[in-house]
Amino acid sequence: MPRRLFLSGLRPLALSALIACSTTLGAAAQESSDPIRLTLHDWTGQLITTQLMGEVLKKAGYSVEYVQADYLAQFTGLESGDLHLAMEIWETTGRDAMDASLATGNVENLGPNGLQAKEEWWYPAYMKELCPGLPNWEALKDPACAEAFSTAETAPKGRYLGGPVTWGGFDEERVEALDLPFEVIHAGTDAALFAELESAYQRKAPVLLWIYAPHWAPAKYEGEWVEFPTYSAECYTDPAAGVNPDMAYDCGKPFGDIWKVGWAGLKDKWPGAHKAIQAFTIDNAEMGQMITEVDLNGKTVEAVVADWMAANEARWSGWIAR
Amino acid sequence: MTALPAPRLSHARALWLVAVVLTAILWLWGQRLAPFAFDYPKAWQIPAARWIGNAINWLMKEAAIGPLAFSDVTRFIAALIDAPYRVVLSLLSSGLLSGEGSSAVQLWPPLSWVAAVGLFALLGLYAGGLPLALTVTACMAFVAVFGQWQSAMVTLSSIVVAVPIGVAGGLLAGIAAWRLPWLDRALKPVLDLMQTMPVFAYLVPILILFGFGPTAAVVATLIYAMPPMTRLTTLALRRVPAEIHDLGRMVGCTPRQMTWRVLVPASREPLMVGVNQVIMLSLNMVIIASMIGAGGLGFDVLNALRRLDFGAGLEAGLAIVALAIALDRLSQALARRASAPPRQGARHPYLAAALALVAVAWALGLILPAVQTYPEAARLSTSPFWAAAVEWINVTFFDMLEALKNAILTTLLVPVKRFLLSLPWLGVVALLGLAGWRLGGWRLAALTAGLAFLIAATGQWEKAMITVYLCGLSTLFALLIGIPVAIAVANRDRAWTVTRALIDTLQTLPSFVYLMPVVMLFRVGDFTAMIAVVAYAVVAAIRYTVLGLQGVDPRLIEAGRAMGCTDWQILTRIRLRLALPEILLGVNQTIMFALSMLVITALVGTRDLGQEVYIALTKANPGNGLVAGLAIAFIAIIADRLIHAAAMAQREKLGLEGGG
Repeated sequence: MPRRLFLSGLRPLALSALIACSTTLGAAAQESSDPIRLTLHDWTGQLITTQLMGEVLKKAGYSVEYVQADYLAQFTGLESGDLHLAMEIWETTGRDAMDASLATGNVENLGPNGLQAKEEWWYPAYMKELCPGLPNWEALKDPACAEAFSTAETAPKGRYLGGPVTWGGFDEERVEALDLPFEVIHAGTDAALFAELESAYQRKAPVLLWIYAPHWAPAKYEGEWVEFPTYSAECYTDPAAGVNPDMAYDCGKPFGDIWKVGWAGLKDKWPGAHKAIQAFTIDNAEMGQMITEVDLNGKTVEAVVADWMAANEARWSGWIAR
Repeated sequence: MTALPAPRLSHARALWLVAVVLTAILWLWGQRLAPFAFDYPKAWQIPAARWIGNAINWLMKEAAIGPLAFSDVTRFIAALIDAPYRVVLSLLSSGLLSGEGSSAVQLWPPLSWVAAVGLFALLGLYAGGLPLALTVTACMAFVAVFGQWQSAMVTLSSIVVAVPIGVAGGLLAGIAAWRLPWLDRALKPVLDLMQTMPVFAYLVPILILFGFGPTAAVVATLIYAMPPMTRLTTLALRRVPAEIHDLGRMVGCTPRQMTWRVLVPASREPLMVGVNQVIMLSLNMVIIASMIGAGGLGFDVLNALRRLDFGAGLEAGLAIVALAIALDRLSQALARRASAPPRQGARHPYLAAALALVAVAWALGLILPAVQTYPEAARLSTSPFWAAAVEWINVTFFDMLEALKNAILTTLLVPVKRFLLSLPWLGVVALLGLAGWRLGGWRLAALTAGLAFLIAATGQWEKAMITVYLCGLSTLFALLIGIPVAIAVANRDRAWTVTRALIDTLQTLPSFVYLMPVVMLFRVGDFTAMIAVVAYAVVAAIRYTVLGLQGVDPRLIEAGRAMGCTDWQILTRIRLRLALPEILLGVNQTIMFALSMLVITALVGTRDLGQEVYIALTKANPGNGLVAGLAIAFIAIIADRLIHAAAMAQREKLGLEGGG
């Protein structure tokens, strides 16, 4: 009896498996059944992008595995084929590591994922009272305004909290080129950066810092980006270009794509997945909404991803069908 | 002190006076005359970063032993570690799976949380009776109630694999070093390197050699967690009294029996401190391990802090602590039990109970899912409370704390930093050489001056000085806090139990968890970094001092009392003096712990060698990272050798036997 029960339980399972196989056979015909390993980092936006991609690949019949990896250390794994796909390499912070990795020939750039990275100096809205000229950057030149942003260690200069040294960003150069009375202090890590913002915001204390988007901070805190002269490639390379004729970096930070980067062998091992990954795009507005749902409204990443999948079936089935 | 030969003293003093005056002259007026003594000229720099980078590339891509590439060998080792890891992981977390990735089918569920807690409780009951069973159950229940069970089991799997390898490896290396003096000498700098080289410095080579994933994390954990076991083993075997050696010889032990049946059991106490350290340091690596694919609680901590969800970060962090305490107390009790005479037939009831428990829990789990996986609805969360608490402290006390911080910064930190940075490297190298010569002869002089010169010659002098300032002051604070605390609690059982739980927490709670609230109160910078370093390094100062003080023969204290010594005399003349070897090891470990925190301080914006290592990682430049890592290790070695030599010289002067 138990044996019969077991078998009868198994039969529908086998049937459904067969159906699942036959529907996806077209896409994943002679492809490997090994799992495609996607890397997860420690910020919500990336978790969402990666799991969206993962869900799409699952719908196409691929086996998917998520591996927690450090943003920069992951390149070693991508080069050796231990890892297969990273969904968010930011033009603004990951360029060096990505270029070094692409140069080995073992890693492939799978195109932009549609998100636009924005990074700039940012201040909470209440700072406008002390510094009425903002968001125009020239307001920061006013000594009274700089003093409003100062602390005991930097006074009379203002204090600007930059990102970790590893992010680059040329803020020291920018301060010099635009002759701003500010001192650049580097936070060691992303978490420290936002811990300072949270602390200042709770006390309505002055703070001027590096914020990037897509991120939950611009949604949670009321504030604005400083408007610097618009970025251009010449502004960074040619001293003559821009406001200051003698110095480069006399403009704002660049906007940038966020790239999908994968193991070079992905194309041959899972050709269909390779196409689907290249087709994947999403935009800032959608992303901002999903990040807010997770980080501020307390939903789980899985639930938000499932909602998106349900609402956008036409879009993602197009990516798989190609 | 009166026993000192006067002429030699004045001679030594004169020498020091001349050296210091010369350095001071160089410092005050040399800037113009000899600028090269201040800024090491770029043209003379040794391109060590390039050499090391090339060597690493060769090792990873071309090195071969016969037909086998070096990376094949390491990948084989990785597979050896991976096999037991998979077994433990499927038992505790994933269940028995067929296939891989999302298409895998679960053939058999993992151990349910009820069964796992029950097993821990039974093991506690078996090893240490009811109190231990209650402690262990409380720890594991904490993990479940705060919803950390899944992640905790992933973390536990890698710990369960790493700790036995670390303990066995450390023990064997320690015994070999005790047997062979040359090996001891060779091993010492290697151990220093293993413990002080920031993980980020060798992360990339490890990832390439061992593959990206839990195995690489286990290897990195082993490198960091094994050294204390080796050190303590050697130290413990040396301190086995001569009578026990004689006893072993009299009963006719072979060398093997002598080691395993006589000496190792005789030095159980310090060996168990070693086991404790392996467990604690392994759990300390959980955060970094999670960055390279180990997942688990470390990932949860990082993820929570990026959302500034302090409560969630703290809960995941405390789950790590709970695991640490449960594992440590269990291993200590098991070791104590193993050395007690075995009771016949006592084992089987426990085994039977364990099997019954697993079977019942499995059967129940099929009907009630809440038995198999801890129900989400019954999960506690303290996030809102912690967010409110931090906000309240921030809003209420920020100005007061800011004033305090500024006072300490301007009166102490900044002057020390400026002074160290203004010193000419040539003068410092010369003074270190002189100190080495006075304390330990030419060999030590060559070592200290040579290593210091190498730091300058690879162009890292300025960062190295910031490192010395940060870690030096922190070590000092840690010792000033730690040693008095240790003296106060060493002989009071209850106080020591509380202190022990406290320092275990400090050592295993990821610094990140309390660092972010500290950043909110003190902003990024040196002060915040120093708080983190002191909080971590004080653990070593307390633990080793207590170990030394508790090891003092009570008969000697009684003898002292009988001779009419005051408490103060007993403390200074007997207890501290006899505990000196352990205290010195404690000083060594405090320095090592402080330097090992540089990885973390880099994350709150200091500009020291730790930051260099971190930058090298982000620029995918293993050469630079390893050079900066080596500079950190050199600082540790110089400090350790000088302190050790000074203590030896002191003991000789006092007429005590040399050695520890």
